Amino acid sequence: MRVAHYLNQFFGGLGGEDAADTPIEARHGFIGPGIGLQQALGARGEVVLTIVGGDTYVAEHEADAALAIADCLREAQVDVLVAGPAFNAGRYGLACALACLTAQRELALPSVTAMHPDNPAVEAHKRGLYVLPTAATAADMRRALAALAEFAVKLASSSSIGRAEVEGYLPRGFRRNEHVDRTAAERLIDMLHAKLAGQPYASEIPNQAFESVPPAPPLADARQSLLALVSEAGVVPRGNPDRIRFTAATNWASYGLDVVQPGSVEVVHGGYDASFANEDPNRVLPIDALRDLVATGEIGSLLDRYYVTVGNGTPVETCAAFGAAIAAELKQAGVGGVVLPST
Amino acid sequence: MALLTAMTPVAQRVGASRIVTGGRIPHPASDPTRPPDAERAFRRNLLRVALRALQTPVTEPTVFAVNA
Repeated sequence: MRVAHYLNQFFGGLGGEDAADTPIEARHGFIGPGIGLQQALGARGEVVLTIVGGDTYVAEHEADAALAIADCLREAQVDVLVAGPAFNAGRYGLACALACLTAQRELALPSVTAMHPDNPAVEAHKRGLYVLPTAATAADMRRALAALAEFAVKLASSSSIGRAEVEGYLPRGFRRNEHVDRTAAERLIDMLHAKLAGQPYASEIPNQAFESVPPAPPLADARQSLLALVSEAGVVPRGNPDRIRFTAATNWASYGLDVVQPGSVEVVHGGYDASFANEDPNRVLPIDALRDLVATGEIGSLLDRYYVTVGNGTPVETCAAFGAAIAAELKQAGVGGVVLPST
Repeated sequence: MALLTAMTPVAQRVGASRIVTGGRIPHPASDPTRPPDAERAFRRNLLRVALRALQTPVTEPTVFAVNA
């Protein structure tokens, strides 16, 4: 088995940040951590090529780097690419991901990389790659190289790769059907027995954990405050000028409150019965009632714009990013509190 | 931030701090079974509960319910 190894400028022995602009270089054989990789492979394979790339160069010249990496791999005629381990180094992790994705896409070459689960490259690319988890620092190098060697052998021998929990790579988010001997009912009762007896059991579907956000301190006095309306109900000017999608929204927008009249807005959220809102948008965007409370002095003032997206099937991470961006604008405007009607 | 929603179990589970119920899923801020003036009054009252929620210190997901 002929193995190619991708390293960054530091592990490739070219230097530290000062060498981060180095374009892609190819070396015969193994260097640096490649020594450990070769040892772990033993007689099962030979590290015939090491590709070294400066982390900054790769980050700033992705297309060129990918071309150069593909050329090196093509010339060397290898069976598998091993990239890293990158541990917690963000640019290095992304470069390893690029190398692996390039190998797969351009040469149909199996590849594997390794890094800490928090490396930004994992979130960005885990669906397309086999990523073995490592500790955060190079103290884990020896173990990581051994794991990479084992996985590379498996990949090159084209035995099929099983589930993430079994094979040791980070779950990629794919769901595959499997045949098991015991029915779901039987497995479920066993889990329930174990749970009731206080014994360990393993959920077949992991419970999604939500980031815990500490509650904001209370508003001192609504009568002195500027409040704003934020909505996920997808009420937008007729024609949906910002093209907010009816599900899995990719953007949010802000419109003047005066835009919202029956007939001049539409509901683009695909997940609730829009007939009530179409008849009277105040049922999901209670602008009239908020203005009433400003008139009575119960609210200091109301921001003259509202913020909107579609919450239907929009991933939590996306919404969190929207929320942060909207909050920044609200803070800028001096808004003290938000009312967020949610369908 | 006061979240107006009918889906309180979901809101609590994801950790929204101040949750105001009183509407229903397609109209979280209102009650269209009432005649128009009464419906608008209901909206005002629901928002008054939201104002109370905004001004109340909380340490965990807390539901503020509108009494009909």
